Amino acid sequence: MVMNGLHQLTISQASRLLRQRSLSSVELTEACLRRIEQVEDKIHACVTICRDSALEQAKEADRAISNGEDDPLAGIPVLIKDNISTKGVRTTCSSKMLENFIPPYDATVVARLKSRKAVILGKTNMDEFAMGSSTENSAFFPTKNPWDLERVPGGSSGGSAAAIATDEAIYALGSDTGGSIRQPAGFCNVVGLKPTYGRVSRFGLVAFASSLDQIGPITKDVTDCATVLNAIAGNDPKDSTTAPYPVPDYTRTLIPDLKKMRLGIPKEYFVEGMQPEVKAALGAAIKTLEELGAEIDINASLPHTRYALAVYYIIAPSEASANLARYDGVKYGYSYQQTENMWEAMEKTKQIGFGPEVKRRIMLGTYALSAGYYDAYYLKAQKVRTLIRNEFEQVFQKYDALVTPTSPTVPFKLGERIDDPLQMYLSDVCTLPINIAGLPAISIPAGFTNGLPIGMQIIGKPFDEETILRIAFAYEQATQWHKSKPQI
Amino acid sequence: MKLTREEVLHLARLVRLGLSEEEIEKFSVQLSNILDNFEILKQVDTTDLPPMAQSINLQNVFREDNATPSYDPEEILFNAPQREGGYFKIRAVLE
Repeated sequence: MVMNGLHQLTISQASRLLRQRSLSSVELTEACLRRIEQVEDKIHACVTICRDSALEQAKEADRAISNGEDDPLAGIPVLIKDNISTKGVRTTCSSKMLENFIPPYDATVVARLKSRKAVILGKTNMDEFAMGSSTENSAFFPTKNPWDLERVPGGSSGGSAAAIATDEAIYALGSDTGGSIRQPAGFCNVVGLKPTYGRVSRFGLVAFASSLDQIGPITKDVTDCATVLNAIAGNDPKDSTTAPYPVPDYTRTLIPDLKKMRLGIPKEYFVEGMQPEVKAALGAAIKTLEELGAEIDINASLPHTRYALAVYYIIAPSEASANLARYDGVKYGYSYQQTENMWEAMEKTKQIGFGPEVKRRIMLGTYALSAGYYDAYYLKAQKVRTLIRNEFEQVFQKYDALVTPTSPTVPFKLGERIDDPLQMYLSDVCTLPINIAGLPAISIPAGFTNGLPIGMQIIGKPFDEETILRIAFAYEQATQWHKSKPQI
Repeated sequence: MKLTREEVLHLARLVRLGLSEEEIEKFSVQLSNILDNFEILKQVDTTDLPPMAQSINLQNVFREDNATPSYDPEEILFNAPQREGGYFKIRAVLE
């Protein structure tokens, strides 16, 4: 194994070395902390670094491992998106509103990682309250794409994706409401999975759009993705929308053979405005899948895809406008104090605490839910949502999975779309139908054009993460795009 | 479709969101553009279709009503912008 540094290890490599005692968690954690110091000036992926508590957790993991702890995540350093609650560590959602908020509890996913003796390195930058596709909506600073520092890393989990692309941690967690794990994973040449709605607990995830949000892994390869999903998936009494279904061992599905696998290529996902290089890369990727034994049908069709963007941008802001009503400056978060008037205090708290995109979506959602417009917008969108879900259900009678680009373009330049919300929304056109229907989907590296990464999305049936992981694994083994690293 | 200044102010008041003059101006243009794009949904026949609120078919999820320790009030009040004793302190609601 040729390695320039321990920070470059994957979970499976590091875990093997830890259990052989040829590496300690403290050494691995120190290597990641050094890497963070080395690249953060350029990348800006992290909002908070927990140096002391990370080293403390690493020591504890080393003790546990020498006492026989053999969990694959024991002693492995992870970065957590900053909308996932961490007890005693500030959780900002990259918003002024929560700049100093310290959660009194851990999100269920964090508690599960801690019980496996994970090492939490810190919290990653994001679009404010996960609203955005470029991480430029962070109230603190934009994250840069490690493949080209003048371009965006995607969003909203841009910090997590950029950090894994530059080996600042061994893996990361993100959250995905309309593409926020997959699109940045595609933009940064890493693996990102959005699980089926209800597969992973949302307890402790700061709510954006509760019927669409899911937490998922961002990793250096598909095997690691399966390992992390094993740890975080499953029913949680604290989240009544988690499914009571058993969790399989997702690593057991990883075999590099796609014989008899029926894959549909939905033509509606090759949209107008798609870059020809992205289309070409997908064409080559599909050919590879065919060579691996898959049966490809390029005439799959989901005609209602064209309505998904409108449905999403009614439903997500509507839910957001209700969820974000809690930031009234009374219980926690930023609070405007220079008045005795209650209403003025509330209005000023939100005016100062929220950034432009959050305000825009609160206004949009309030409009769609307000008297006189509810039926025409919110209820109509919910009915079209039924149609989109039904259409996926029908298509999945013919196919085991669907294959599309993750985003219609390569990473765009910082500032290029920030003043044009509609252009920004279009970068999620391939990913948001999946959240509307509640399906699982993974983005994996599928090539480069002019040095910029292209992502491929594989969409599965509800609760069939195993099939999409298997397809992703077979493709990864055949191509090895994930081994390309940015020069930083 | 164009949102008027009054409509923007009405929405902001519904959610108690303060807006600057510049924001009022910007949002009336931007929200109008976004809403224009929603017109596409009018093409879809949704007669007899039930609305979908979420994608998982679970209803009435129950659990045993077992008593477990709750959070320490100090932990919950830790983030309070203003407090008095064991309470959140708020401004007068009725004057």
